[in-house]
Amino acid sequence: MMADNKKNPNEVPDTGHEWDGIRELENPPPRWWTNALYLSGLLVLVYFILYPSLPLINGSTKGLLGWTQIKEYKEDLAKVQDVRAPYEEKLASMTAAEILADTEMRNYAVGSSKVLFGDNCAACHGTGGVPAKNSGYPILADDDWLYGGDINTILYSIAAGRHGMMMSHEKTLKPEEVDGLVQFVENLSNGKATEAGWKLFNEKGCVGCHGADAKGIHELGSANLTDKIWRFSGAPEEVRYTILHGVNDPSDPLTRVAIMPAWNEKLAVKLEAEKWDEEPEYEGDETQRLSVTEIKKLAVYVHQLGGGQ
Amino acid sequence: MSQTQTNVNDDVTQIYEEVSDWHVNTGDQKVVAKRIKGRFRLRKWIGMSVWLIFFLGPYIRWNGHQAILFDIPNRQFNFFQLTIYPQDIWMLSLTLLFFAILLAAVTSIAGRVFCGYFCFQTVWTDIYTFIETKLEGDSPQKAMKFKKAPWSLDKVARVLTKHSLWIAIALITGISFAAWFTDAYQLWPEIFTLQAPLPVWIAMAVFGVFTYIFAGFMREQVCFWLCPYARLQGVMYDQDTILPAYDAERGEPRGKLKKGQLEDESKGSCIDCKVCVAVCPTGIDIRKGQQEGCITCGMCIDACDSIMDKTNQPRGLIRYASYKELHHDKNVLVMYKRPRVIIYSLILLTALSGIIYGFFTLSPTEFQVIHDRQPLYVRLSDGSIQNKYTLKLLNKTKNPIEVRYDVLGLEGATLHDMGDTITVQPGKVVPVTALVRVPGDKVQNGLMPIEFKAVVLNNSAISTSYESMFMAPE
Repeated sequence: MMADNKKNPNEVPDTGHEWDGIRELENPPPRWWTNALYLSGLLVLVYFILYPSLPLINGSTKGLLGWTQIKEYKEDLAKVQDVRAPYEEKLASMTAAEILADTEMRNYAVGSSKVLFGDNCAACHGTGGVPAKNSGYPILADDDWLYGGDINTILYSIAAGRHGMMMSHEKTLKPEEVDGLVQFVENLSNGKATEAGWKLFNEKGCVGCHGADAKGIHELGSANLTDKIWRFSGAPEEVRYTILHGVNDPSDPLTRVAIMPAWNEKLAVKLEAEKWDEEPEYEGDETQRLSVTEIKKLAVYVHQLGGGQ
Repeated sequence: MSQTQTNVNDDVTQIYEEVSDWHVNTGDQKVVAKRIKGRFRLRKWIGMSVWLIFFLGPYIRWNGHQAILFDIPNRQFNFFQLTIYPQDIWMLSLTLLFFAILLAAVTSIAGRVFCGYFCFQTVWTDIYTFIETKLEGDSPQKAMKFKKAPWSLDKVARVLTKHSLWIAIALITGISFAAWFTDAYQLWPEIFTLQAPLPVWIAMAVFGVFTYIFAGFMREQVCFWLCPYARLQGVMYDQDTILPAYDAERGEPRGKLKKGQLEDESKGSCIDCKVCVAVCPTGIDIRKGQQEGCITCGMCIDACDSIMDKTNQPRGLIRYASYKELHHDKNVLVMYKRPRVIIYSLILLTALSGIIYGFFTLSPTEFQVIHDRQPLYVRLSDGSIQNKYTLKLLNKTKNPIEVRYDVLGLEGATLHDMGDTITVQPGKVVPVTALVRVPGDKVQNGLMPIEFKAVVLNNSAISTSYESMFMAPE
């Protein structure tokens, strides 16, 4: 094995070349070394035959194994899908409320919809359900809900989208009335509402949407004015702006815009019909940006962000 | 050396001549060591018997389980009543450190004790050559005679027996290795019904092939060329290290013993019988001094002692002796004054204390509380502040545990959105989302300490807690 290295220099065979008395010795590398070199050459050959290798004009040679990176990726993906498949099938047959009640399915739904939420919802609502400060998007992680925070309402909100409306009052209210209302709303949030404020609130028609107790009406999506959470900012000038220009009022170009798109109108129609115990009537042009299962998952995800009811 | 004329050619020739004098067996000659009885042979057998643990260990049971089991699929190590999880891997590191340093410490005191009496290469080679010498003769001459003999029924039977025994030992080695990783009692039926999982077959094949080649054919060549430990010996020795050594002062000039010449003053004790060479499992001549091939197994000491007894000379011509002893250096250091021994012992002690500490404080649970990063806090409609946490409790016991979580140390803090109790199966982690609310008037500043308590209802002794932070707007 190592015998080649241990010969006396006088015994090492030469190549027959001799210049000025200097012989060129052979000193070949060890045989195991040369064999390993030949073997690696052989490996290259085998690799060329088995795997895609030679670049030709219309792509490379395919190789006997037919291996490709994308194929390997797809196989790996299929394995993941195999693990998910039983859960996905089960999810399809469950309602959002049932998923929420089942610990295992709830964990699966939450775990698998993180990406879904990130792709579709986080742009406005923020990664953890809390949007950037003063960005005007509703916080999903608190317990204040315009339309209701139970699982079915959340499901409907996602499916149908939301498009609330508050009238512009620039032309209907006098400046001092607006001042009074701003003051009243601020006081209300701090629990110091005055009689005069309530009077103004009732007379000017705010009560119509925000309710007799000013706590908002879920069916209308009107804001609860008595709590510490502000739909938009709680700063007096922002409150004034909201009162003056309203929300989503087409007659006022300065109005606040607050629209959530529908993610599956077909599901929304179905849910609406179920509510009244009727057969759903589809018009055929309902958008379906997300599948029903995806929306169920998202409803569960939003529910567990911190404020679900 | 007095070399006045500097002739390069001469120097080179001289170096090469020296090389040719270093006789190193590179596998071209087969070492057939004679087996000899004696003190060191007995020690070798005792050292070798440690490997019975390797073969028999997996069959020990404890509470209906395998007592020692490296359970890779479940990511745990079962050691009698203990279950060690990957979280406690630092204990394994300390154990490895302990044995690595133990090896160094022993080497610095008494040379290659591991190589000579414990190393698997030595042990398996010894068993393989035991079989071979029984069947084919126990000296190079007898072995050569056997090899050159014409093929007879007897020879075929002997060769076949040898290889069958070798292969059987190799396979049992592979199976025994696999048995540490799976239920040993189930493994055997699985193997015989060919139902064993793939890793078992791979272990059997790898261990089988390498045992057969290494112990059957490569033998001392593994120590010469493959083993890294053998290469490191030199740095662990010092002049106080005791090693099997030939007392050249007493032995030389060596010479054949002739009747009535024992009293010959001009001759040393060595009678040049070469028994020390004949018994050496690595085929070296200890009389040439310390050399890389010596695995310090002491066979040559046994051999020499037996000859000294026969020639009525005192034993110990070849004996465990330090360099200083052989060179009459008076400055022999006692063990506790040798820096190597002190340093190695300190490391050993540190590693050992760590392992003992680990065993005594091995927690039956592992509790972690992770604060949600996004958002850090949420203000609720009544003005209170809510933080979201993920609570993770790992159950390292062998029974399911029933857990209830509490928060402590923060006035007004309440837990929400979680069930009353959570059941955690053995070896599992159940992550739970916890919402903690603190009323607005109780919130002081940005960061407030809070403690989570995991109360184990069915085993309150293992209840545990975790200190975290509650975050609120500044």
